[in-house]
Amino acid sequence: MSHRIVKRIESVNDFVVKFANVNGSGSASANEMFARSLLRMGVPVSPRNIFPSNIQGLPTWYEVRVNERGYLGRRGGVDLMVAMNPQTWDRDLQEIESGGYLLYDSSKPLPPSRFRDDVNVIGVPLTEMCATRYTDPRERQLLKNIVYVGVLAALMGIEPEVIATLLGEQYKGKAKLIQPNLDAFMMGLHHGRDVLESDVLGLRVERRDAVGKRIFIEGNAAAALGCVYGGATVCAWYPITPSSSLAEAFQKYCAKYRVDKASGTNRYAIVQAEDEIASIGIVVGAGWNGARSFTATSGPGVSLMTEFIGLAYFAEIPATIINVQRGGPSTGMPTRTQQADLLSCAYASHGDTKHVLLFPEDPRECFDFAAAALDLADRLQTPIFVMTDLDIGMNHRLCEPLQWDDKRRYDRGKVMSRADLDAGRDFGRYLDVDGDGIPYRTLPGTHPERGAYFTRGTTRDAYARYSEAGPDYLYNVERLLRKFDTAKAMVPQPVERRAARPTRHGVIYFGSTSPAMAEAFDALHARGLHVDLLRVRAFPFSEAVDRFVAEHETVFVIEQNRDAQLRTMLMTEQEIAPARLVPILHFDGTPITARFITEAIAERMPGANVQPIKGGLVA
Amino acid sequence: MTYITKPKLHHPTLPKNTLGFTRRDYEGKVSTLCAGCGHDSISAALIQACWELDIEPHRVAKLSGIGCSSKTPDYFLGNSHGFNTVHGRMPSVLTGANLANRELLYLGVSGDGDSASIGLGQFAHAMRRGVNMTYIVENNGVYGLTKGQFSATADQGSKSKKGAINTDTPIDLVSLALQLGASYVARSFSGDKEQLVPLIKGALRHRGAAFIDVISPCVAFNNHPGSTKSYDYVRAHNEAVNRLDFMPRRDAISASYSPGEVIEITQHDGSLLRLRKLAVGYDPGDRLAAMNHIAAHEARGEILTGLLYVNGDADDLHGHLKTVATPLNRLGEAELCPGAGVLAALNAELV
Ligand SMILES: Cc1ncc(C[n+]2csc(CCOP(=O)(O)OP(=O)(O)O)c2C)c(N)n1
Ligand code: SF4
Repeated sequence: MSHRIVKRIESVNDFVVKFANVNGSGSASANEMFARSLLRMGVPVSPRNIFPSNIQGLPTWYEVRVNERGYLGRRGGVDLMVAMNPQTWDRDLQEIESGGYLLYDSSKPLPPSRFRDDVNVIGVPLTEMCATRYTDPRERQLLKNIVYVGVLAALMGIEPEVIATLLGEQYKGKAKLIQPNLDAFMMGLHHGRDVLESDVLGLRVERRDAVGKRIFIEGNAAAALGCVYGGATVCAWYPITPSSSLAEAFQKYCAKYRVDKASGTNRYAIVQAEDEIASIGIVVGAGWNGARSFTATSGPGVSLMTEFIGLAYFAEIPATIINVQRGGPSTGMPTRTQQADLLSCAYASHGDTKHVLLFPEDPRECFDFAAAALDLADRLQTPIFVMTDLDIGMNHRLCEPLQWDDKRRYDRGKVMSRADLDAGRDFGRYLDVDGDGIPYRTLPGTHPERGAYFTRGTTRDAYARYSEAGPDYLYNVERLLRKFDTAKAMVPQPVERRAARPTRHGVIYFGSTSPAMAEAFDALHARGLHVDLLRVRAFPFSEAVDRFVAEHETVFVIEQNRDAQLRTMLMTEQEIAPARLVPILHFDGTPITARFITEAIAERMPGANVQPIKGGLVA
Repeated sequence: MTYITKPKLHHPTLPKNTLGFTRRDYEGKVSTLCAGCGHDSISAALIQACWELDIEPHRVAKLSGIGCSSKTPDYFLGNSHGFNTVHGRMPSVLTGANLANRELLYLGVSGDGDSASIGLGQFAHAMRRGVNMTYIVENNGVYGLTKGQFSATADQGSKSKKGAINTDTPIDLVSLALQLGASYVARSFSGDKEQLVPLIKGALRHRGAAFIDVISPCVAFNNHPGSTKSYDYVRAHNEAVNRLDFMPRRDAISASYSPGEVIEITQHDGSLLRLRKLAVGYDPGDRLAAMNHIAAHEARGEILTGLLYVNGDADDLHGHLKTVATPLNRLGEAELCPGAGVLAALNAELV
């Protein structure tokens, strides 16, 4: 079946392709190859894995945003659906934009009722083609994926040499696999060139130079590198999607960069603990004893860790927790993304607590913030959360190259040495000597007579002596607040972006919302709607946040959770009137899109009636 | 509760160890436990053992969970860093501390509620990982600190102070430790310092997971007739499999026992454990036999004490993980950070 309709999407280097596959069918590497081939042609892409909480048999998707202007967020909508999964056919068909395309396996005829009138259909008899060429059923199955990449290359104008190079790189050392893959690719290419009409697809790729020096990396891998560079020596973790690949990457990088060649011994220790309680316990023990340590986890893991997090907060022990957020509550949507752990992390544990949170926007910041967290944990002697999410953690993203300054020194914080103690400095474990709320500590084994103290989660006085006296308790908890205030200047500051014209509308957002927001900013501008942006990069919030809110009459707070958690924190921590903060919430587990943000803001901004705040009130 | 420092009054004639320390130098704060609590006797045994072994107090890190027993680290080795963690989860904290600095001596102190109830999982995993430590459970069969509830080591049929009968099967931590791979496993009684002190000394010098279960009667809640963890009951039902002499170094052996009655086990650091057998045919090198022996006695309501199992050649977690000899907490940028050059090369690969 192949019908042609009048209205077709025609676009060069700007479209969305989505592959619908079955988990376990080997499509992942073919799909990724497609995405990478465009990158090699200098065209920015941002792919997203949408996968089930299951190893085999369930539907899985790979969505590739192609955009030469470099928009890396999800756009929303699909221009071309490569529909390889009969189970999800109807859903997949529905997602295609009007005038878009459906590429399907036409080996078995389908009735016209299974198609849409406003969608262009490209049938390729993939199963049949593979059946005639290959005898081995597994080979047929796997190579089918490469065949459709070949077809797409022909129809879109992807350079075959680029794919050939990528295949060579992918199967380096497994030469036997290169040739069959190359054959399958060529079979698809020829089918596309010789059998299909040359203009069947209106989506084209043209070589550009729009990728520049940027690198293509997953957030989890980048965060793991951040931990290596930041000097983490102890990692304790318990497997949980979407954070497992972070600990696994740390293991890989350590094995590569942290082995003492002469002795064959390791400058790191990694423990796959029995659960998250033990993971954080190990981190706390190592932090207490002066080693930089971290754990990577996700929501349910944080839930289990909270008692220890409270201990680390109150007993003032460094700990770094990288929370790769996923859909909650409970097991929620384990393989989908959200930003819904803000409150549970900011106030983790019983009693009055406040924890430092860092919000990276992309892999580059995952790297920077992971390393920064290790410094902050030592400097502030407290748990630090790096709040990434599945969208950045488990997807490749284009970002600026990772950078490290060799002159940089680890900030080990206020640790008193044997010499300090010998010099007769008064040591009170919880004394606020410098007025910044941060006390000095000694490490076990430092001095035979001085500096030993007893660490506990129970109240104590400034000299770490057990005390149940109210004033001693107040001294400590108020000092902890002072310390939190000190943290304000030490955490990554917000990033602002002003509209082309003065406006009384502001937008606050954070983390993985960033690329979609950048695109929405331009889209709004194109409609004559002006907003100023502020990207929050840490909690505690800095004064810049208050200033920004004060400058704008309405501030849209964009979050990927149901309960407007950032807004709640802005209201309670900064005492901002609720009416000033308009929530815009996206929480179905898919990454927020530029379209969603644009529409949501446009809807709430009455026309293009945008005046500076001095100009009067909004109607 | 108040905080009391013990006055440091050193009598000039107090004996000193080779470091020049008196026993008082190994003391901590004044105990706030009930007078007669078994836990205090264990603290005293620990003080004795560390003093006799010439351990520098500040080279010990003492960690505990939550409970009366877990408070005790404040009452000995006042010049050591201590860490009173959370209920049942001391083993993980100790594991992390140990990974950070392999050069200190790690002492874990816990209760039976702490280790056998809420903390059973962490107890098990610390044993199976072979964390280099001395792990002591001060086992009284009850929750002392929360006033007398049964713990998971309370024997079936034993009676609480309020008259409740325990119907659950008890957990025997010694058997578990054996099964899980601990390489030094002993049981003792807080009322038998002669047996306990050498057992602690052997454990402190052992490399790997050393576990000592010490029956430690709770005078407030579990020292009545009907309790199987009371002083009277333990005294009446205790059978020692061996007596241990601890020799710090191998060359200090004097052959005072006739062959056949004595087994000698050399540990990693060259220290020697000399076991005088009381039970005929008892072999502390045979893990399986030890488990059987313990089970057989348990079935008869008897408590087997002594060094039940030891493997002097065991390795520890650092050995398993192949970590460097330098403590991890001492490594700096040069050893840890691959540098900007490596990162630039990595960047170049990432397209
Ligand atoms: C998470 C948690 N649950 C419960 C408690 C209350 N609690 C304190 S000590 C204790 C039991 C201690 O028993 P055990 O370890 O046998 O020590 P003992 O006091 O008998 O020496 C309990 C349940 C707690 N501190 N934390
Ligand atoms: S309650 Fe029991 S365990 Fe606690 S201090 Fe008193 S006697 Fe010891």
